[in-house]
Amino acid sequence: MAKILKKEVLGPGIKRFEVEAPDIARKALPGQFVVLRINEPGERIPLTIGDLRPAEGVVVIVFQEVGKSTKLLGTLKKGDSILDFTGPLGKPSEVEKFGTVVCVAGGVGTPEVFPLARALKQAGNKVISILGFRNKDLILMEAEMRTVSDELIVTTDDGSNGNKGFVTDALKQLIERGEKIDRVLAVGPVIMMKMVSKLTEPHAIPTIVSLNPIMLDGTGMCGACRVEVGGETKLACVDGPEFDGHKVDFDLLMQRLKIYLPEEKESLELFEKACGQHKK
Amino acid sequence: MGKPSPKKTPMREQAPEKRICNFSEVPHGYTPEEAMAEAKRCLKCKKPSCIKGCPVEVDIPGFIGQIAEGDFWEAAKIMKRTNVLPAVCGRVCPQESQCEEVCVLSKKMEPVAVGNLERFIADWEAEQSECVMCEKLPATGKKVAVVGAGPAGLTVAGDCIKLGYDVTVFEALHKPGGVLVYGIPEFRLPKAIVQREVDFIRSMGVNLVTDYVVGMIKTIDELLGEFDAVFVGTGAGRPWFMGIPGENSLGIYSANEYLTRSNLMKAYLFPEYDTPIVKGKNVATIGGGNVAMDSARTALRLGAEKSMVIYRRSKQEMPAREAEIHHAEQEGLIFEFLTNPVRYIADKDGWVREVECLRMKLGEPDASGRRRPLPIEGSEFRIPVDTVVVAIGNSPNPLIPQTTPGLEIGKRGTIVADPKTGRTSKKGVFAGGDIVTGAATVILAMGAGRIAANSIDEYLKTGEWRVE
Repeated sequence: MAKILKKEVLGPGIKRFEVEAPDIARKALPGQFVVLRINEPGERIPLTIGDLRPAEGVVVIVFQEVGKSTKLLGTLKKGDSILDFTGPLGKPSEVEKFGTVVCVAGGVGTPEVFPLARALKQAGNKVISILGFRNKDLILMEAEMRTVSDELIVTTDDGSNGNKGFVTDALKQLIERGEKIDRVLAVGPVIMMKMVSKLTEPHAIPTIVSLNPIMLDGTGMCGACRVEVGGETKLACVDGPEFDGHKVDFDLLMQRLKIYLPEEKESLELFEKACGQHKK
Repeated sequence: MGKPSPKKTPMREQAPEKRICNFSEVPHGYTPEEAMAEAKRCLKCKKPSCIKGCPVEVDIPGFIGQIAEGDFWEAAKIMKRTNVLPAVCGRVCPQESQCEEVCVLSKKMEPVAVGNLERFIADWEAEQSECVMCEKLPATGKKVAVVGAGPAGLTVAGDCIKLGYDVTVFEALHKPGGVLVYGIPEFRLPKAIVQREVDFIRSMGVNLVTDYVVGMIKTIDELLGEFDAVFVGTGAGRPWFMGIPGENSLGIYSANEYLTRSNLMKAYLFPEYDTPIVKGKNVATIGGGNVAMDSARTALRLGAEKSMVIYRRSKQEMPAREAEIHHAEQEGLIFEFLTNPVRYIADKDGWVREVECLRMKLGEPDASGRRRPLPIEGSEFRIPVDTVVVAIGNSPNPLIPQTTPGLEIGKRGTIVADPKTGRTSKKGVFAGGDIVTGAATVILAMGAGRIAANSIDEYLKTGEWRVE
């Protein structure tokens, strides 16, 4: 059982929990994830660790409500407990002095990138962060990201924040202006990570992506999260979740994320009906 | 005493056509009368060989003798002295190659149905208002950590608590039981029964911690700072795939995932339970072991119109228990023997649609003593499928080996441990079960647990660490 100590709504359907999990907080490192289960009939869902406060025993998770489980999670309040909360899982992110690192995040990838950007900054890197959102109402953690970045660029798909474009446009401009980039770290929607990797490949900029396949146990036991990297099958839970973006088969990942679309739809409809929120 | 009847007292079971539509247990168990009749077939040999046939050395003639007398309470007491998981063993042990194989009767007729009697007595005890408690030796003040709450770990925990140790079990998943809860299906081992045995171990005073991933939260070295001895029973973890083209197509599962979804997460009850599973109409399971039988039979119960087993050797070489193969055949599984998949063909969305196979023939025996399957050139053919379960085995879970310096690891990623003591290359660390042997059976893991528990006791009493 893990108690929710604090709950915040960061944006439409985007929630942030501070969870009491001292064992995990003490040991976890940026880039790792937890697997949680809300209640007895619940499924096991992986969530990247948003932030850690070891001294207080706090693990932060940020999630977007998309399906039944995340919507149900969103209904929990401060003081409620999550039935199962396991971690830290996966390999931590590589943090060392690379030189100039560009941290690219899309949507709810931002809270995941935050502790990574901070760690990279502390390791002596020049950190340039690029955050992308659909519109200005969805912008997350801009102020926090500014504190850990030497330069921060925020783009919106519709230009409502005055900077229209995708994260790839901003990254392209950085490359074109002659910024010497030693490493790119991309966290967000699969299509974004794919496009970032495609952009950096001809420039031979090492690019690390954090993959989010469907998982079950998260400890290497089931193989649900298999991904192809450089033609080899890897398990994202124990071999990752971070991989060389130039070698990942993103198309396969996108297909595999759709395995349970009909079931996810059915589950969500039943849940919304039960909540009395069914739209007419 | 008259001559024993030549055949075992049969156990009633659900009819095949009925049971393929539900997840309830297949056999019903003995009535007290049936159990007593079967127990009376035992010849009470002066030098019983059956005890030696049992990896945990249950006093088989002892408990069977009590059943024959109708003293079920006493029978349960005898059983629990050496076996903390009797209801599990009565259901999943391969008795035919252990106690029952060496039963004197088996030379001339069917052996005593030891497994059925074990199951009977465990189930009988569960129905009583109180349960048999085991005697515990006085507290030693020493602490034992057990990593992994599967058959090996639970046996170590049950034995060590009886020996007076303070025992804590760390389990990575949200439920204790290991393969008993994630792997073996409900229709073969009801989860309520596993829960009952786990509850018993808890009631003896074992501290069971779930959601605790040793290696990630704490390393073995850190545990050694808090505990006097550590037992590692983390099992066979990572599933093998064949490495053939198209194997990552949608609809292709490892048996571990397929069974974990159905058993541990209760996907067969979706949407009441949240975890989904692909309910295929044409399901192919690759492999010939018990796990393959479990997977293919699960597919039927999930609504498959056709559940096939594709195995590269012939029926004679199948590693699955005869009883499992028999049940599978009764239920209408289709066997494609001497057949090996070479690639999968998917549709444009990535879903598996066909498996291309080669026919095989048997050559000379290989290292396992079984005849080696050889491909027949040009024999390619395709089978339409929409779901595939790859059940060709697992390699040991790498988490502990990777995070424990000084722990000797074998060629296949197993932990090296002395089979006579369970002692590893690291002082104070014991190991047993699939993490040492590679994928094997529940009872062999329990046997290793029994040996390790005695060895832990000896080490903690003498402080001596000898490894042969």
